[in-house]
Amino acid sequence: MSTVSAPPAGSALTWSLRGRGPEDIRLVAGGGRITPEAAWGGSTGAGVRVCVVDTGVERDHPAIGTVDGSYVAVKDGDGVRIEETDTGDTCGHGTACAGIIRRAAPDCELYSVRVLGERFSGTGDVLLAGLRWAVEQRFDVINLSLSTTRSRFVDELRVLADEAYFGRTVVVASAHNTPVESFPWRFSSVVSVGSHEEDAPDLYLYNPSPPVEFFAPGQNVTVPWLGGTTIRTTGNSFATPFITGLCARVMSKHPNLTPFQVKTMLYLSAANVRTDNRGDS
Amino acid sequence: MKPTDSFPPPAPSAAPAAPAPSTAPGVQDTTVERELLQSIVETARAIFGAQASSIFLLDEETDELVFQAVSGRGEEFLVGTRFPAGRGIAGWVAVSGEPMIVDDLAREESFARDLAESTRYVPESLMAAPLIHRTRVLGVLEVLDPVPQSRSSLGELDLLALFARQAAAALRVAVDRRDETVAAAMAGAAAGGARLPADGAPAAAGALGASGRARGLELLDALRELLETPGGD
Repeated sequence: MSTVSAPPAGSALTWSLRGRGPEDIRLVAGGGRITPEAAWGGSTGAGVRVCVVDTGVERDHPAIGTVDGSYVAVKDGDGVRIEETDTGDTCGHGTACAGIIRRAAPDCELYSVRVLGERFSGTGDVLLAGLRWAVEQRFDVINLSLSTTRSRFVDELRVLADEAYFGRTVVVASAHNTPVESFPWRFSSVVSVGSHEEDAPDLYLYNPSPPVEFFAPGQNVTVPWLGGTTIRTTGNSFATPFITGLCARVMSKHPNLTPFQVKTMLYLSAANVRTDNRGDS
Repeated sequence: MKPTDSFPPPAPSAAPAAPAPSTAPGVQDTTVERELLQSIVETARAIFGAQASSIFLLDEETDELVFQAVSGRGEEFLVGTRFPAGRGIAGWVAVSGEPMIVDDLAREESFARDLAESTRYVPESLMAAPLIHRTRVLGVLEVLDPVPQSRSSLGELDLLALFARQAAAALRVAVDRRDETVAAAMAGAAAGGARLPADGAPAAAGALGASGRARGLELLDALRELLETPGGD
């Protein structure tokens, strides 16, 4: 799959093809068959910046190693602001997600912004502020194993998810574990993930009946936890960082892919998707 | 420590709860809620063949979770115990509104140490689901050491979440019903001829007294705040 350079900064807005012709936007969409090997084979995620928006990430956990930057969303009377922090993780959830990403993409750069666990604050404006900050930092991939059920945040979240999408940040968002409406995983601009029940640690599947688009290992998964330890756990939260790690590997191997292209590569490389030109049908 | 008589959670400075004062039924009496909470934890424990089950309710004023009902291990002393709402697995469930199952906890030293200090019991595995009314998290239902076949599967996570949802709905209904009873009694008392329903028998007019009415109103305010005020976020 070809890659495209980002449009030059300051270029005029246009919603139609004016003053340019097909020759000006020619792309080469070849590059061989899209297979897992072609998509991420040999890649370790090097050079890709991944941000975990969660409860923080424990520092110096042996299963995670270096965390390149840790931040926290602080809420007070003046609103919500993002600060650097060395407070790690109080719940363990963000540490677990970071560990799965590290396992999938061992050489990616890992960052953390903590939006839960500072005080009881629910999953609304603090989550939104943390996600906005991460989008503004133009991380390549954002892991969001969280969602909010509060409908008043839907519009802002949708706008933010679109900004990420067009700004070349892939937001990988976890579907809720119970059948309730929550966001932003419902948006088409993010990559949404749920868990399958297979005992296959490397298996992921495309869902032909979205809104959940991909299923990844999330049942009985061994994950890093607080105090340098590990536990086993279950839930969509832990399937999501597996896909985040794959995105990092794809983006490391194929720099400058758009989120649309990354999602397409995930689709074409999924174990349950066969294409005519893959030669394995 | 005996079960507390208040709902929402008791104030952190409150001494261990004394036996329920013999004030007017329908205002101070939280028997229905307590029975309901106890029934929920006992049923949850039975469903999953667990060593213990607990309900924590969220006290947003102090940013804490409070053990409100316990079945099994810890039943005698845990009710009323508090811990920070943003910490640990129950904290995660409360802040995220998502259920969670974890196993191999006994190997997790920080978890074991924390829990051992506060509960004197370190489970091997734990399931937790939020008690949610509309979009508001009221607390957390926890199941400790379920039978092995109940651990770490998506199906069990679904079952726990469904049960917690039903439990939260039942809790809400019970509280609403009491609100209506108390409000009716208050209105009657204000009119000078109140008759409070007490086990089907009419209560004497004015039996509540000024302090009792004040405490009843405080309780109502607290309940409304917990259940109806939009979330802090």
